This record gives sequence, structure tokens and C-alpha cells, in this order.
Amino acid sequence: MERTTQAANPFAGMVEWFSSPPVTGGWLYRFIIYPLLQMAVFIIGIAAFLTAAAYLIAFIIPNPRENIVLAEQINRQLPGMIISGISVGFVYSMIALGYTLVYGVLKFINFAHSEIFMVGSVVGFEIMQRIDEAGASQQWNPVVMVVTIVLSSMLASGLLAVLIERVAYRPLRNAPRLVPLISAIGVSFFLTDVVRATEAMLRNDFNLRYPTNDLNWLTDAIPLVIGGITVNIKPTSIIMVIGAVLTLLALNYFVNGTKLGRGVRAVSQDQSTAGLMRIDVNFMISLTFFIGGAFGGAAGALFGMNAGTITPYVGFIPGVKAFTAAVLGGIGNVTGSLLGGLTIGMLEAFLNGTLAYFPALGQRYTDIFVFAILIIVLIFRPGGLLGERVDEKV
Amino acid sequence: MAALLELKNVHTYYGHIHALKGVDLEVNQGEIVTLIGSNGAGKSTTLRTISGMTRPKQGSVYLEGRDITGMKPNHIAALGIGHVPEGRRIFPLLTVKENLEIGAWNVQDRVEINRRMERAFELFPRLRERVEQKGGTLSGGEQQMLAISRALMSAPRVILLDEPSMGLAPVLVEGIFEIIKRINADGTTVLLVEQNAHMALEIAQRGYVLQTGTVVLQDMADILINDQMVRKVYLGEN
Repeated sequence: MERTTQAANPFAGMVEWFSSPPVTGGWLYRFIIYPLLQMAVFIIGIAAFLTAAAYLIAFIIPNPRENIVLAEQINRQLPGMIISGISVGFVYSMIALGYTLVYGVLKFINFAHSEIFMVGSVVGFEIMQRIDEAGASQQWNPVVMVVTIVLSSMLASGLLAVLIERVAYRPLRNAPRLVPLISAIGVSFFLTDVVRATEAMLRNDFNLRYPTNDLNWLTDAIPLVIGGITVNIKPTSIIMVIGAVLTLLALNYFVNGTKLGRGVRAVSQDQSTAGLMRIDVNFMISLTFFIGGAFGGAAGALFGMNAGTITPYVGFIPGVKAFTAAVLGGIGNVTGSLLGGLTIGMLEAFLNGTLAYFPALGQRYTDIFVFAILIIVLIFRPGGLLGERVDEKV
Repeated sequence: MAALLELKNVHTYYGHIHALKGVDLEVNQGEIVTLIGSNGAGKSTTLRTISGMTRPKQGSVYLEGRDITGMKPNHIAALGIGHVPEGRRIFPLLTVKENLEIGAWNVQDRVEINRRMERAFELFPRLRERVEQKGGTLSGGEQQMLAISRALMSAPRVILLDEPSMGLAPVLVEGIFEIIKRINADGTTVLLVEQNAHMALEIAQRGYVLQTGTVVLQDMADILINDQMVRKVYLGEN
């Protein structure tokens, strides 16, 4: 008897949002120490794995080209690759969260998210450009400036995401699942061209260059000596990592430590029952879009500062890579996004550092490997690394 | 005085299927009213229509004379209707405690939430042992306890119970019905949908018999329990 009712569980087949058991302990442990430890474990684990893989390849193919000893090159590149991998990985994680949060509540991939990221990047540029045009960029405290830019981008992208949901997805909520997906692709093209047209009118150019030239704190690399090798770290890399870690901690606190976060989780697990519990489901969905959008916006601003020049087309590739990261980690799983983002970022950094030593290969082929992962995961483990699929029982 | 809950000529459709064909129903303050009928008679649909999960095409639902037809579920719930849905619908990845906290969504006062949680643990001591466990890992009986407690966390004026005995071991079924009586004695009005017609009629004051979307019989529970047709069709006697 018991078993038949278990089988009637309406949540069967859903992807777990949080696969780990609930973290218990004091506030400091649950919301600061544990998540930081988790990040550290992911980073060390992925770095160790990729390092081992790289040396294994160097062992199998010691001289990919004449006069090149692969192992020596890896020795030289390793610290740089890891640091670059961490900073890019965190940015992918932040974008991936936008996909995963929205998937969590609506079971739908928001393909316009890459453009929400792009808009964040453009808004970041606009703010910085305006500060610069006012001749004030030298006077501003670097921390205040970065925080202002990132927060503005977060706000703009968050509101944009809410608006998109309201206009393009909500009316289609009861439509077949493919329909909002197509709507999302439409929104994506729409946003790209609207931004392009706006910037073309405003600045007569849509290649937008962040005014970073005379800001020494942003442009001067910081030399760091690791094991006798000097690595030049871009200040923007450090800003990306700090920004990402802070926002990820805030998200973890929101989702697991607040009443609203509990409401979002309830909505993600069972919308109609959440409504019966007096939760305003539409508000929760809007809130989720806001948070996901804000993360995309923050990532966009950080990405823009790091890249220097951006265009309205800048969202697509990072967007698809972050989507890959979300799928790799387990779409719908917040921890999975962190793991997936760091994995993809680190893998990319390792490939960028070493592919050039192989004949006919080069950095430009990095994406082959990244997207191969997307296909492989979708075929062999569609639930991702952490997304435990609860058995579908009928 | 208006009844606490009243349905007038309610017609509900699922697509083209005419699930409720003009249901009239009344629940007075303090009563236990049961709705019995076979599979597909429209019992769950009646509850879903009351709590706003499905909208009736025609007819109205009144709470204390106020028309609540077509309101959103969260607004209807806020007026004091608690619904324990079919299949329990526990949030499987929230802990027992979190499930209960979600039940008290509208309550801001932490002390009051804790008081109600204590009350739930009093009714179902088993839940206290499971408080940090995820809802999805509970047994069917425990999930039913949690579903009822979760609905009670909002201190509803009327609680809609959809098949609380479904799939439970007989020993647990008795317990659940005892609890329903206790909840009612504490002042919560109960509208109970049951397949276990005998048990339901034993604790209810009044009952309605639903057949293919229509109320075919309504009376005091002790009369229904002795009714020829009810005995034959729903109580399995010859």
C-alpha cells in the first residue's frame, strides 16, 4: 500500500535543486565558511584533474612540434592557466546561474539570457563612459567605481529579465514547451539589434570600448611569483573573482537562509501547491528572473571591464558556454552551476594555454572541446554532474 | 446567516470534459462535511474549484457570503481556506521544518510560527523526529501527517482534505481520522473527500454523494450510512 502512494508522487522525475543534504550549523558556517570551502574544493579538484590530464598528454605526446617539449611549456604556463581559469570560470558560473535559476522555477531554458548578460555589459560601459566623460574617473575610488558599475548593471539586467518574462514568457506559460523557447530566441535577436541601434544612434558606433586607459589600477598587471615563475595577474581578474565570490555568497544566503528564498524553492518544486500555501507564484517567478538577470548583468560588467571592448554580439558565445556549464553541473542545480562554470572556465584556460603547441591547432579551436562536452553530457548524463535524477515512477 | 462555504450551481470543465455539472454544496461553521463518491465522480475537482486551482465555467463559490469565484489560489488561501491536496504534494526537497514554515507563509511572528509548529508536533509526534529530514524521504503516512500539519500552519477556518487515508496502512487510517476529529473539535471546519466512505460518514455530521459530477444524495451522515444505495454502492454491502 505504502509503495503505491510513493509511486504516485507527482515530483517524480524532477531534477534535484539542491542535491547536497541540508547544511546544518551556525550562521557563519552555513553561509560563509561552507560555501567558501565548497568553492575551494571545486577549484582545487578541477585544477588537479586538468593538471594531471595535461601532464598525461605531455607524457604521451612529449614533442608535439619540433623543439617543443610540452611538459616544459606546461610547467611554465600552469600558474597562469589556473588563475585565468578561476576568473573566467567564476564569470561562467554567474551566467550559468541565470539559466539554472530560471530552469528551476519554470523548467524552461531562457535563451535570451546571453543578451541579458550583454545588456549588463553595455550598461556597465555606459556608466563608466559617463564617469569618464565627466572627467571624474581619476577622482573616483576604484572600489566605489567598480561597485557602482557592477550594481548598475545588475539592476538594469535584473529589471530587463523581469520585463522579458512578463512580456514574452508569462502569456505563453500554458503553451507547449517549445513555444516559450522560440519566443526566447526571438527576444534574443530583438535585444541584440535594439542595443546595436541604440548605440549606433547614441555614439555612432557599436564597438564599445571601456575607458580603462588611464586607470592604472585597472590596467597594470600585478606580478606574482609562484614557485619561481612570475605570473602577471590582470587586476580585472581579481575583480572578477572577488565580485563573483561575493555575489555567490549572497545568492546562497538568499536561497537557503531567507524566507523568500524558501518560497522560491517551494515554487520550483511544485508551483500549484505553492499557490495553495498563499505564495504569490508570479511574484516569485519575477523575483527569480530578477536575481538570475542581475547575476548575468554583474557578469556582463565584469566581463566588459576585463575584455575592454564589447559589442552587442558579445553575449552569444559566453552565453552558450555558460549554458554548457549549467548543463554540465546539472541544470536546475545551483551548486552545479558553480561546479560547471569553474570546470568550463578552467578547461578553456588550459586549452588556451597549451593548444598552440600542437600543429594546426590553436586557441581558436578551444570551443570545439567545450561544446563537445555539451553534446557528450546531453547524451550520456543529461542530469549533469550533480543533478540527480529522481527515478521516474508511474 | 450565510454558510461558511457555499457552492451554487458550479460547472467545471477540464478541456472538453464536463467534470462538475451544477454542484450545490454547503458547509456550515464548525461542521465536518464529507463528500463521497467513486473515482472520477468529481470529488477532487470540487475541492480544486473551491481553492481556485481550477476555475468553474459557471456558478459561484462563496466564503461567508463573499464571492470568491475566479480568485487566485494564493488569495483564496489567504481568506482562510486550507487545502490538503490529493497525493499530499509535500515539497520533496524542503525539510519537514521548511515545509511547515511554508505553510505559515503569511505569518510574520516567529513566536506564533513556533507555537503552531509545536501544535503540529503534538498532533503528530513522528514529525518532530523527522524535522530536519527532507519531505521526499518520508513514508506515505508521514507525508500525509506533514501535509495536514502544513495546511494547519496557516490556521485556516476551513480545511479541505482530499483522500487523507489513500494508500495508508489501516492502523494509520484510524489515527488520521482521530486527528481530523480533534482538528474539528479545536474549531476548524472540515470538508472531507474520501473513498473510505464508512470511516468518513462515521466522523462527519453531514454528507454529500457525488456521481459523475452531480450531487445525487445529501443528508445527515447517520442517515446516509444506513441508506440502501450508499450501503450497496459505497460501503460494499449487498
